[in-house]
Amino acid sequence: MGSSIMDSLFQRSLEDLIKGIRLNLLTEPTFISKSTDDIRREIKSTDLHTKSVALQKLTYLSALYGLDMSWAAFHVVELMSSSAFAHKKIAYLAAAHSFHAATDVSLLTTHQFRKDLNSANPFEVSLALHCFSIIATPHLARELTPEIFTLLSSSKPSIGKKAVAVILRVFSQYPDAARVCFKRLVENLESSDPHTLSAAMGVFCELAVKDPKSYLPLAPEFYRILVDSRNNWVLIKAVKIFGKLAPLEPRLAMRVVEPICEYMRKTGAKSLMFECVRTVVTSLAEYESAVKLAVVKIRELLVDDDSNLKYLGLQALTVVAPKHLWAVLENKEVVIKSLSDADPNIKLESLRILMVMVSERNVAEISRVLVNYAIKSDPEFCNEILGSILSACSRNVYEIIEDFDWYVSLLGEMSRIPHCQKGEEIEHQLIDIGMRVKDARLQLVRVGRDLLIDPALLGNPFLHRILSAAAWVSGEYVEFSKNPFELMEALLQPRISLLPPSIRAVYVQSAFKVLIFCLHSYLFYRETIACSPSSPDNFVSESKCPGSDSAIVAADCQQDEVFNPRASNQSFEDASTEDVEDITVTHAQIPNSASLGKDGFTHESIGNLLNLIEVALGPLSGSREVEIQERARNVLGLIELIKQELPGLVKKEGNFEREGLKFPKIIELMHDAFSKELGPVAANAQERVPIPDGLILRENLGDLEMICGNDQLPTSSSFSFGIPHSKEKVGLPQSKGESSEASTESTSLLAEHRKLHGLYYLPSEKNDVSNDYPPANDPKLQDNLNDDAKDLVKLTEQSLLQKKKPNHAKPRPVVVKLDEGDEAPIAAKKLELKEDLLSGAVRDVLLGNEAVSTSQSNLTDKSSSKRRGKEKLNTDHPSGPKEVLGDVGNPNMGNPSSRRSKHHGHGKERRHRSPRKKEKEREENGQKDKQKSSHRHNRHKSRQRAEGPNNVVTQTPLIPDFLL
Amino acid sequence: MIHFVLLISRQGKVRLTKWYSPYSQKERTKVIRELSGVILTRGPKLCNFVEWRGYKVVYKRYASLYFCMCIDQDDNELEVLEIIHHFVEILDRYFGSVCELDLIFNFHKAYYVLDELLIAGELQESSKKTVARLIAAQDSLVETAKEEASSISNIIAQATK
Repeated sequence: MGSSIMDSLFQRSLEDLIKGIRLNLLTEPTFISKSTDDIRREIKSTDLHTKSVALQKLTYLSALYGLDMSWAAFHVVELMSSSAFAHKKIAYLAAAHSFHAATDVSLLTTHQFRKDLNSANPFEVSLALHCFSIIATPHLARELTPEIFTLLSSSKPSIGKKAVAVILRVFSQYPDAARVCFKRLVENLESSDPHTLSAAMGVFCELAVKDPKSYLPLAPEFYRILVDSRNNWVLIKAVKIFGKLAPLEPRLAMRVVEPICEYMRKTGAKSLMFECVRTVVTSLAEYESAVKLAVVKIRELLVDDDSNLKYLGLQALTVVAPKHLWAVLENKEVVIKSLSDADPNIKLESLRILMVMVSERNVAEISRVLVNYAIKSDPEFCNEILGSILSACSRNVYEIIEDFDWYVSLLGEMSRIPHCQKGEEIEHQLIDIGMRVKDARLQLVRVGRDLLIDPALLGNPFLHRILSAAAWVSGEYVEFSKNPFELMEALLQPRISLLPPSIRAVYVQSAFKVLIFCLHSYLFYRETIACSPSSPDNFVSESKCPGSDSAIVAADCQQDEVFNPRASNQSFEDASTEDVEDITVTHAQIPNSASLGKDGFTHESIGNLLNLIEVALGPLSGSREVEIQERARNVLGLIELIKQELPGLVKKEGNFEREGLKFPKIIELMHDAFSKELGPVAANAQERVPIPDGLILRENLGDLEMICGNDQLPTSSSFSFGIPHSKEKVGLPQSKGESSEASTESTSLLAEHRKLHGLYYLPSEKNDVSNDYPPANDPKLQDNLNDDAKDLVKLTEQSLLQKKKPNHAKPRPVVVKLDEGDEAPIAAKKLELKEDLLSGAVRDVLLGNEAVSTSQSNLTDKSSSKRRGKEKLNTDHPSGPKEVLGDVGNPNMGNPSSRRSKHHGHGKERRHRSPRKKEKEREENGQKDKQKSSHRHNRHKSRQRAEGPNNVVTQTPLIPDFLL
Repeated sequence: MIHFVLLISRQGKVRLTKWYSPYSQKERTKVIRELSGVILTRGPKLCNFVEWRGYKVVYKRYASLYFCMCIDQDDNELEVLEIIHHFVEILDRYFGSVCELDLIFNFHKAYYVLDELLIAGELQESSKKTVARLIAAQDSLVETAKEEASSISNIIAQATK
């Protein structure tokens, strides 16, 4: 008792608290926690004033300092029931701020809400409505629907408008409320109070965004408001609603396009003007004149000094661009200048527009311009640009790329931009192109080589993923390489120790492939010389792409090219001098004056190659990373085998025979195994694997997850065996004694490796960041940017205006596409159950069907829509496109949850038909309408009863004729 | 609709938060942190719109205070800018050339003004005069109640009841 009085008398007020916080800036947390302790004590007081002050302070701390106040929920409810308005106000504010769906005491508020919503004091009603609009739960909404329903037609506009606004929340929590309240909500569209009308339009706007179809029958009401209203707030909503409805009903679009254009022309309010522009470009894009007008307005926005308008203009232009490219061309100077705007948001928008414009004939120019621009931009925007280029070019399986050699070079160039952080995407595309586009492989290997031999790149962790792709490509398509020895040196250079283990494993595997290729070429070349020197082309037929011309060319190059060991040796030395600590390489082993054969595959070069690998991989065989260790050991094991037998081979030089030697066979088999073509794999390929008999798949994999822990399964987009190439010898001879044993062993090993490839390309943490990351370009930026922008304008001037398709020297190469699509099928987005319920309820009300008919099949829906079409013909004067209306108006009739009944059409329009509409219609067909209007003020139900039997005659179209 | 309203000072202090869509306390703190990071770093004369998590945030700076409102992707940005301006004008009228301190010490009043302007994330009253009148009427209601409640005799009567 005593403490209660003390609390009341000496309680800190909210102002004291605020002052205290401001005075104790440094010890703010302690002060706040101390205050919270006070509040915890005070809030228990029996004195409501003390309690209210405590709650107010708590709300303050919660709202501004993020303090948890869920513990005080019960006190909030207590104070809500106070009779004093001041307390109520504080309590409702606290409730609105802190209650959420899981607040269990909100159940206790039902009664209080009901009392306050029925209060004679409008301020109390208003308080309750405000709070209710935020914290309504399904339970509260259901219980309080009658109260809200009453308030919807309140005589006080200040209450009525709030009730209208709150209805949105009620519908979302308790869709069945629509059955009760919807009609009255619609009546508010005719309210004389501008704010009530505005609130109602706000609600319909939100509803129509979620499910436009259901509100199509109200189009006449909205149209009246669109034409009559002089209130910009309301007009914006009306235009927005028609933006949603117009795409569903072409004739409605025809009808509203003129008023909307009128507003666009005349209004002084930029917000309304912009809303009209946006609606025209998004929903009315097929109306040429409207779009032209909109583009004129967009231009006005673009050249405005206000950056807001400029930004919005660019946004509108992005929307209009796909269908009306001319609109962008007209404004291209502004767009390109915006690329160097001070505002990053504006830069981003203009970049988006440029990317929308990209097509196969200008992709090269635009990309060139943008890449040059990216080099000079700040890192963030640079990556935005690169990301846009990458996604635009790879769109729809590289649809717009004609010249893959160019594109692959561009990828290489992008990798070298200092700020580039798109390693993952570039990695993916390099490999993807390798698998899909055979003709691009030569260039891929070239680009890959350039990346691999540059030791500086290894220091940039952002590039590691790209290097991984380069290594993989070089290994997989090594037959296109001009100089496998050089490649091998690049793959084994000491600085690869900077790479993360998973990528080093790829390097080792690629080195393995290169080795097999070299050995095979060496052996096979000898064989062809020895056995059939007249047909050197056999050499090619063994390689991966027997059919492709470039493969032959490449192979020929290989034979004709004078192999220069000096160059490779040089590069190797460069690399090794940079980082000698790891592995000491004996340069002397590489002969400077090795007598190289025509093709470079001499005995000495092979020997040196083997030595090089042994030296480089030797230390790795003790690596702690199992992937690296295992692969290194595989390679070393093979080399050991070869070294044992190589002397024998040398002796036989001249008349080469395989007698008694195991390794040529192994090499051949391995080469075959590596030659299997890898193809792209559809993202849904795994789904098509039949489930084996007896396999029990559990629904719940919770326990599995526990077992597996962090193990990651290869993703479905990883590599796997493609279809074996037709000309290749796939089958392995099984009856060859020890050699077959070895071969099966090796191929199964390889198969495993291939399977594991998916793993190697999984993201790996970039933990070992080295210090010698290439420095970013000097920010000379701002001065030059404007000049650059001018250059850009000039450059793109040519590229964008170029109307004729440039003659391509070569036809577009074949890009492998999968029949079933390359993207994983996106699961159809399920509508929320509540939305469905709401649309169902709304339709029931709008379509005059009070009784809830349960599930309805597609068939009946369709037939009902058809019937509507026919019936229209009966009721109104016949006209061709009527039939269409029935179908177009209900494009999603298949929706099983729509509760539209067969007789839905009755009287629904008439119910919502405004007198004005009636008049118009009367002009058209007076006789019939006279009959109808006599029913106008009848109650809905009786009308339905009366018209029920002869529904064929009275069924009205979805949208009254005058609108269409 | 408007999902939330934030008032943040130039120093990153939160002056008012109003949430029209459900956000947990944790999310609220995160949203405030993220957005003040984005918005406060933007220089003057840049556009007033920020794309954020699939929504748009419209903000405007008045003196030392940033008024931010988060809206849906297809809502009208210029309309919301007008609403913000409207709010500021009403505050100005109510407090008499409003400054940040007014809002700091009358944080609940700022809420009530906002409540008269917006409901359920929609604009409900576009007349400044009406809002001013409604707020004044409520204030007088509160004042009379407060006078009754704060008289010492009342407190003692309550406590010894």
